[in-house]
Amino acid sequence: MKNLLSTLVAILAGLVVLVGFFFKIPVLVEIRRLVLDWAVIVAGMAVFIGVFNLVSVNNTRLSLGHKGGIYSLALMISLVVTFGLGLFLKTGHPIMNFIFYTIQVPIEKSLMALLAVTLLLASIRLLRKQPNLFSVIFLAITLLILLGTAPLPFGELPFFSSSLRPFIAQVMAGAGARGILLGIALATITTGLRILFGADRPYGGK
Amino acid sequence: MNWSDWSLTIALILVAGSAILLLVIAILRRKSTPVFREIPAFSRLRKAIGLAVEDGSCLHVSLGRGSLATTQGAAGLAGLSTLRRLADLTSTSDLTPIATSGDSSLMILSQDILQASYKEATGGGHFDATSARLTGLTPFSYASGTIPSLRDDHVSANILLGNFGVEAGLLTDATEREQSFILAASDYLPAQAVLYASAQEPLIGEELFAVSEYVNHSSMHAASLIVQDILRWVLIISILLGAILKLAGLL
Repeated sequence: MKNLLSTLVAILAGLVVLVGFFFKIPVLVEIRRLVLDWAVIVAGMAVFIGVFNLVSVNNTRLSLGHKGGIYSLALMISLVVTFGLGLFLKTGHPIMNFIFYTIQVPIEKSLMALLAVTLLLASIRLLRKQPNLFSVIFLAITLLILLGTAPLPFGELPFFSSSLRPFIAQVMAGAGARGILLGIALATITTGLRILFGADRPYGGK
Repeated sequence: MNWSDWSLTIALILVAGSAILLLVIAILRRKSTPVFREIPAFSRLRKAIGLAVEDGSCLHVSLGRGSLATTQGAAGLAGLSTLRRLADLTSTSDLTPIATSGDSSLMILSQDILQASYKEATGGGHFDATSARLTGLTPFSYASGTIPSLRDDHVSANILLGNFGVEAGLLTDATEREQSFILAASDYLPAQAVLYASAQEPLIGEELFAVSEYVNHSSMHAASLIVQDILRWVLIISILLGAILKLAGLL
């Protein structure tokens, strides 16, 4: 019964939003707006549930003495302190800005720098993992784009920067990217339709 | 009719036509098993699932950060659909799969799916709600929160399916160090490039949406792949026709 009800709600809500998008019938447009407003409220509540889940998972890890428990402790302390300060000081307060710009931003930037090193290593290992023509093309194009983009001590490379890089990036890569995006868009339509027909139910029982 | 009305009409025809095709093909082919091209990554995934069931280990499915309220939601839904099938297939294993995500709505739905699958397999019993985890809400906090799950001793295979950014490179690197199986797909182009260079089994483009059909057959999923192929041909013909008309000066 519960499954039938949730499926019905999902299908009806989806249909109302879709039909309201294509046909500007005043009643449908109003219902569509209402359903979307509810979705925003539910999404907001979901963030709170998500944070409880984060606390619960890290608390379990800490209490069971799992490997890396100290990181879970650091996370919980940071969460409580930031949440508490945020409640009293509100966003934009100098202390909140201090926390954001001196802790959060540098950590994320250092991870971004780490990612650059990781990707360099992955490129080196690529030919060993997948020794085929596509890997060679992938690496050769990467090198050509870098040569055409990177600031070099003797200035721009005449042919690479002015002709080759724009041709590869705008014509070849652009066309390929559009093809991939069209494929994804078509798959998105059929995925949405499967949910509307109730064939895919990402919410519990069969 | 202005351009906006035209594009809305074309979109309506596309969606309505796809819906009719999907239903007709699903009904006509409900008893037959269609043959799709062999993708090596899916064969290896099936082996990894079998291995997980045999040795009592578990699968780790990471669903990315695509909120269902945004245009990236479809990638998350594809990941959830695959999670459902993987959870059913490994229900006889000692451990339920672990699902990590970077969005609260995905976490709640993945928890619901894992719980439903667990209850169907065991007929009740205590479900470990921490099997579904929200690991972080920003790209890099999500990546760093997911790495401990990738390194879990009980995890034998990792499946990254959903909306990932370039931070996916950190996840594939962590898996590489553990020398465990990884299948990865994202709907975001820069992430696809990163995964191509770093993942053991990368999937490109719409292959992300085909995983659930390749893992476990259903008539509706098979029909949706056939509809995608038909629409792709319609698009190819339309683009070519448009180019010819433009060259002829008729457009």
